[in-house]
Amino acid sequence: MAKTKVIERKPLTFAEKTFIPQILTGLKTTGKTMFQKNITLQYPDERPSIPDNYRGVPTLVKDPNGREKCVSCQLCEFVCPPKAIRITPGEIDAEAEPDRAHVEKAPKEFDINMLRCIYCGLCQEVCPEEAIFLQDVFSLSGYSRDEMVNNKQKLYELGGTLPDKHYKWDKKKAAEEHGNAH
Amino acid sequence: MKVDSVVDYVTINIDGEDVDVPKGTNIIEAVKMVGKGKEVPHYCYHPKLSIAGNCRMCMVEMGMPMRDRATGEAVLDENGVQKIGWMPKPTIGCATNAAPGMHIRTNSEMVKESRNGVTEFLLINHPLDCPICDQAGECRLQEFSAEHGRGYSRFIEQKNVKPKRTRLGSRVTLDDERCILCSRCIRFSKEIAKDDVLGFVDRGTYSTLTCFPGKELENNYSLNTVDICPVGALTSTDFRFKMRVWFLKRTHSICTESSVGANTEIWSREGKIYRITPRRNDAVNDTWMTDSGRELFKEVEVGDRLTHYTIDGVHKTSAETAAAAAKLLKEGKVAIIASPHSSVEEQFYCKAIADRSEATVSLVSHYGATDGILQSEDRSPNLRGALVNGLVDQLPDADLSAVAQQIESGAVDTLLVVNEEVTQLGISAELLKKVKVIYIGLHANVVSEDAAIVIPSLSVFEKDGSFINQSFRLQRFKAAIPGPRGVLSDFMVLEHIAEALADEKIPSGSIDAAWEHIAKGVSQFDDSLRWRSIPEEGLELDPTAFLDLPFVETKNLKYDSAAFKEAHATPAGA
Ligand code: SF4
Ligand code: SF4
Ligand code: SF4
Ligand code: FES
Repeated sequence: MAKTKVIERKPLTFAEKTFIPQILTGLKTTGKTMFQKNITLQYPDERPSIPDNYRGVPTLVKDPNGREKCVSCQLCEFVCPPKAIRITPGEIDAEAEPDRAHVEKAPKEFDINMLRCIYCGLCQEVCPEEAIFLQDVFSLSGYSRDEMVNNKQKLYELGGTLPDKHYKWDKKKAAEEHGNAH
Repeated sequence: MKVDSVVDYVTINIDGEDVDVPKGTNIIEAVKMVGKGKEVPHYCYHPKLSIAGNCRMCMVEMGMPMRDRATGEAVLDENGVQKIGWMPKPTIGCATNAAPGMHIRTNSEMVKESRNGVTEFLLINHPLDCPICDQAGECRLQEFSAEHGRGYSRFIEQKNVKPKRTRLGSRVTLDDERCILCSRCIRFSKEIAKDDVLGFVDRGTYSTLTCFPGKELENNYSLNTVDICPVGALTSTDFRFKMRVWFLKRTHSICTESSVGANTEIWSREGKIYRITPRRNDAVNDTWMTDSGRELFKEVEVGDRLTHYTIDGVHKTSAETAAAAAKLLKEGKVAIIASPHSSVEEQFYCKAIADRSEATVSLVSHYGATDGILQSEDRSPNLRGALVNGLVDQLPDADLSAVAQQIESGAVDTLLVVNEEVTQLGISAELLKKVKVIYIGLHANVVSEDAAIVIPSLSVFEKDGSFINQSFRLQRFKAAIPGPRGVLSDFMVLEHIAEALADEKIPSGSIDAAWEHIAKGVSQFDDSLRWRSIPEEGLELDPTAFLDLPFVETKNLKYDSAAFKEAHATPAGA
């Protein structure tokens, strides 16, 4: 059996009963901040600066050569905990885009339902092509549910171009052209 | 009955544990028999193909009990136990058969090292394009590299480049960079499909799989090479880039292409079928199936499906429709055109309807040529079911001229048609107008257009049921995807009709409840047999009663009519 321990409450002192010390302490803080620089932003006219690793709206990015990086491997679709991502994979038309034919695969459709997304960043973490990033967009609104689903075009608009460390597919193409003599 | 051939067992020791395995078992299979998730990783070995021994992934350490060479005496250690002479180097498990007293180590340092080495060599020229590779998720190389590989590459030279996206045939695409030269596809084409079109050209790391000049991988078994390819080198052109395998749900089913009844697996996601692959059943189809059988799901999707129960063109509920059908049948002069494509359950209730409305039953044969492998002459999955159910006692005719004559003479007023396009089978459209038609079928056609009552049915992918194949093996299939909204499984509607005809209430509603009646009503089935209790690999029925019928099947992969007759000719217990 747990024992109940009775703690005796100290009676209030006279000063405490008047509340004056408490009011003064509060006023001291008010007085201090009155003469400091403003920290309140006039949102939405003023916007905060977003740190680099901020997890905003997930977006699709292109590499500096303007090439679509996502290859529709669907790993992000698989890992996404609330199942916000929906991808229809597709094949790159080798005749229409010969310089991209060696990548073979790209998403035909790519939807992220922002009513479902919980901004966990797992999609960014899992992506083997570094194609999906949670960037600095944090405010979203729409008049209908459909508007809250970002389609492929919207995702690329939001994502823009990010620097690339690997140029994986360019290297692949170079190797193909070089070949190994035998 | 058949006398099981006597199997000799040998005892071998795997990782310190004695196991009995049948003589002639190789080490890969023996280790699998130990269970407990133990496995010897392998690429080129396939249980149904000859042994090539070229991937070297299945290395194990092997030792035999020592004997003195001079005297032949057993060499004992200090505890009086016979010493094991371990081979100084590992050996391949696929080409090593179990021998009495053999000792195997599947997890020693040496074995691990050799797996690691093999994996490193396999990955030297591998393109590592798992993100765009269809095999990802079911790739042996991916699995074993994670399990036995080093995790990083020491190879800094430029990788070899080989042809990608090569068309091998109309259904198979080849990516040579991913090929690990296991030669499974080559052996399959030669040994099983008997269409020797694949081979390697060039040498060393430049070895490349290719079709012989002027040839294509076009045979009706080409997609099996895709299944057995342990990596993503061979991919199905149809399934290519459609969906990742880890999203797909697998359902066990039976191929309806012919009376072989190949066991299959249906891969679907959210009510859409993406592909069909074979499921191993050593008594039926080994691990193979036809390419044409894999495409059958597409036939269901095309055309206009019947989706509503209708009476004289007006949408009704299933209960109203069943009642109307029963009323029509009660008027007498009924002919039933049943189907060898129906499941055992549907045929059972067809038989009940026939008995209760005193109808004549005809069946139409669907015969074709055999390819000697997995496509038999009888292109319907369940003709044996109709026989076992007692729906018919003779083999079906090729057309319905007999029924046509009956209609002509006025002996038939009502026709119950199950999924047959009867206007192409000897009953002309004008003749059909003379009778009232109850049509149960999948798609709208000439018959359903003029039918008084139309009952939409479900495809084999959308319902539970069972078929009886060419060797009287009862096999069950499960629903993989939902059917059109509101459409009941066919057997339930037939059951409702049969029920109304006899003015009795058979409480069922589930397939197992229906089986309570079926098991009792059909002598071939054990009384306690239920749909759920049909084993995964099927249940052999006693065919003795039907042996004298001139079945059209002659010989295919697992069936030989003469041998089948002979094996079952002697009555049970003799
Ligand atoms: S951030 Fe998380 S929840 Fe949002 S799309 Fe990515 S994985 Fe899904
Ligand atoms: S964004 Fe990345 S993880 Fe998602 S499908 Fe594209 S490549 Fe795959
Ligand atoms: S294509 Fe596949 S099955 Fe054929 S040799 Fe290469 S890895 Fe083996
Ligand atoms: S499985 Fe034994 S060598 Fe390939």
